[in-house]
Amino acid sequence: MLGFVVKRVLSAVPVLFMVAIIVFMVLRLSPGDPAVMIGGPNATPDQLAALRESMGLNKPLLEQLFIWLGAIAQGDFGVSLVSGKPVAALVMDRFGPTLALSLSTVVLAVAVAIPLGVIAAWQQGKWLDRLVMTGSVLGFSVPVFIIGYVLILIFARTLGWFPVQGYKPLSAGFHDFAIRLVLPSVTLSFPYIALIARIVRTNVIEVMNEDYIRTARAKGMTEGGVLMHHALGNAAVPIVTIIGVSIAMLIGGVVVTESVFNIPGLGRLVLEAVLARDYTVIQTVILLFSTIYVFINLGVDLLYGLLDPRIRY
Amino acid sequence: MTTPPSQVVLSVEDVTIDTRPAGRKPIVRNISFDVREGETLCIVGESGSGKSVTSMAVMGLLPKDALQVTGGRILLDGEDVLQATPARIRELRAQKVAMVFQEPMTALNPVKTAGAQIDEVLRLHTNLSAAERRQKVLHMLERVHLPDVERIYKSYPHQLSGGQRQRIVIAMALILRPRLLLADEPTTALDVTTQKQILRLIKELQEEEKTAVVFVTHDFGVVSEIADRIVVMNRGDLVETGTCAEILSNPRQDYTRMLVASVPSLIPRCVPVPANPKVLEVVALEKRYGKKGLYRDRSVLAAQNISFTVRKGEITGIIGESGSGKSTVARCVMRLTDPSGGAIVLNGHDIVPLRNLRPMRQHVQYIFQDPYRSLNPRRTIGQSLMEGLLNYGLRETEAARKAAATLELVNLPAEVMNRYPHQFSGGQRQRIAIARAVVMEPDLLIADEAVSALDVTVQAQVLQLFEEIRARTGISILFITHDLRVAAQICNTIVVMQDGRIVEQGAARDVLAAPVQAYTRSLIDAAPAPDWDFQNFRPVSRAL
Repeated sequence: MLGFVVKRVLSAVPVLFMVAIIVFMVLRLSPGDPAVMIGGPNATPDQLAALRESMGLNKPLLEQLFIWLGAIAQGDFGVSLVSGKPVAALVMDRFGPTLALSLSTVVLAVAVAIPLGVIAAWQQGKWLDRLVMTGSVLGFSVPVFIIGYVLILIFARTLGWFPVQGYKPLSAGFHDFAIRLVLPSVTLSFPYIALIARIVRTNVIEVMNEDYIRTARAKGMTEGGVLMHHALGNAAVPIVTIIGVSIAMLIGGVVVTESVFNIPGLGRLVLEAVLARDYTVIQTVILLFSTIYVFINLGVDLLYGLLDPRIRY
Repeated sequence: MTTPPSQVVLSVEDVTIDTRPAGRKPIVRNISFDVREGETLCIVGESGSGKSVTSMAVMGLLPKDALQVTGGRILLDGEDVLQATPARIRELRAQKVAMVFQEPMTALNPVKTAGAQIDEVLRLHTNLSAAERRQKVLHMLERVHLPDVERIYKSYPHQLSGGQRQRIVIAMALILRPRLLLADEPTTALDVTTQKQILRLIKELQEEEKTAVVFVTHDFGVVSEIADRIVVMNRGDLVETGTCAEILSNPRQDYTRMLVASVPSLIPRCVPVPANPKVLEVVALEKRYGKKGLYRDRSVLAAQNISFTVRKGEITGIIGESGSGKSTVARCVMRLTDPSGGAIVLNGHDIVPLRNLRPMRQHVQYIFQDPYRSLNPRRTIGQSLMEGLLNYGLRETEAARKAAATLELVNLPAEVMNRYPHQFSGGQRQRIAIARAVVMEPDLLIADEAVSALDVTVQAQVLQLFEEIRARTGISILFITHDLRVAAQICNTIVVMQDGRIVEQGAARDVLAAPVQAYTRSLIDAAPAPDWDFQNFRPVSRAL
């Protein structure tokens, strides 16, 4: 098992390296000269040349890459082209809200979707199953911003149970922190509940036709016991896969929700950076997201090994 | 062989099982039989006879939305299980009635250890402490003669062999000492030697506990080894019941006579062919799976120093148990896998160095074990048959004519060309698979366990078909099988393999009737009922 873990972790290293190179190349190949961007439309050719010299932009591409990789390795992500603040600090500021929102959404989605999927599988073809499946179609097809505004209208404006918008860090107290996450998390979790519940249902139904399920029944186990102890464990690998994919999609998809609920997270930061062509910030956020994806995949792979003793790469 | 009269454990009275919703012809009609303490009752029948469904009904394991018992009573120690509440049925399971299934490969949960799965039975039905349960499970593992029980306890199913897994399933079934054991084809998926051991184990445990056993099987060889009494079923009807001796030596019904007589004889029928030209010559073939590592050798030598020949019009059998390397050899001959060494000479040309396999493939065709999976379900029979011909450049009309002619060779009307595989029975599908191979007019046919998945009566017909095709086309056949009885029916020469090596080879009548090697001898001894001449309903000794 230890060898398996070490192998998987080591295999993530070259992937991260490749990701960094691709991010670097994408920005170098995209149109627009950073020097012009910083110097502004009124800069003279001399000023631009001086800027290029000071930023190292006239050095060979490969040298630039190594300088940049070296800087990243030391935690230096450069400064924002717009505000002049260090990018690392900017991103870390915004990372907290996004992380909080993503985690609470995933936990909520998984906690709701797995029981729903198992119940639907158990009641296959009956009204409860149909209800869950119809709900899942809805959760999937209604856009997040509509769900968000509807929830705000009902639970914030009309009932007044939750604040309409905003975000408070955990340091401001757990209650203030949590109550502002409820509506955004519920909103964001809808499509993921729909997706995960569907995958759970399909896989549990498939596993329930296996011979070892019959063996478990022949032991005198209750149907609930069979579902929980034998079916779910065997259906776990595809379920974990889809949860991993969901987390990845989620982090990329917080932009809209953060706008609706006015949360100062990474999604908002990216939006602002793209509008202002703040390349260093964009670069760093892409790198951060990619790294997170790599680690999610790594985590999913390691979980496979834990869930199914037959899986060893 | 019968035991003295004792208490009736299971009484099936006039049971009818219907599909749900009811209305069509019931799949089991008015079946009645009793099983007593310590007695083994065999339910024998072909696929579709309702034998498995009957045993599932006793267990209350019929698929709820598809099948239901519509009449009769099933009494277990006098208690009607059909009237029992779901909670009571769960109580009865494992404590009073337990089941052993056909497929040990799939009957165990792959993500739980063997020990945990047996332990679960104790957790469900007893109040024993964890330590007591563990002790009991380890003791049970010893009783089913598993080695190194501490290691087996912690092993996952995929780390165990088929025979070991079946012992685990048996341990799981018998740990609470149930009154009745239902065994549904428990040895069908196992090698003959393993089968013999498992049959002996069931017998041994049954004698210790006075368990009543219902043994569902299609194999009269197995029946003759273990049955006290026999119930013969055909298409949902009970055909005949009687003691083992009565049914085997004096069956009253025609169907029973036919079923018993279909068991292939162990006496070899075919003489060696004359010195025809060699179609296939395998010389010192070697196949190594995996690579030799720098530090450790993780490779497996699946075949080594394999040499044999197949002449024109000859049927050569490769027999051996699973893991003996017989399929590896077949796959090498077809170049489905690349040999690691040696030569495979086909019609005078070594095919091992060949890079372009297309011209060679036309001369060697393969028939697979499972007729349900070897035909593409989305293609008509005609499309499947013609595909190969078209690939080799034949015009469509010509290909269709050939396909139709070949279908007649395998005794199917040419009209079936437009139908799909799911519209045929297993036996018909295997005929189609044979037609698909023969239509290419190959010089060599490789039949890999081609009759193993078929009922005995169908098996006999398909073996007959191979004979006819050989007689009419002069084709050579490499016949891979684990079944010595089948090999005795059809093979001119036999190659016996064990652990990747050839143990013995020669004319079928020499190898099977007077084996030189101890391993061949043990294989023949392990074949069920070697001493009974099923065709003539009498012991072999009198037949000779």
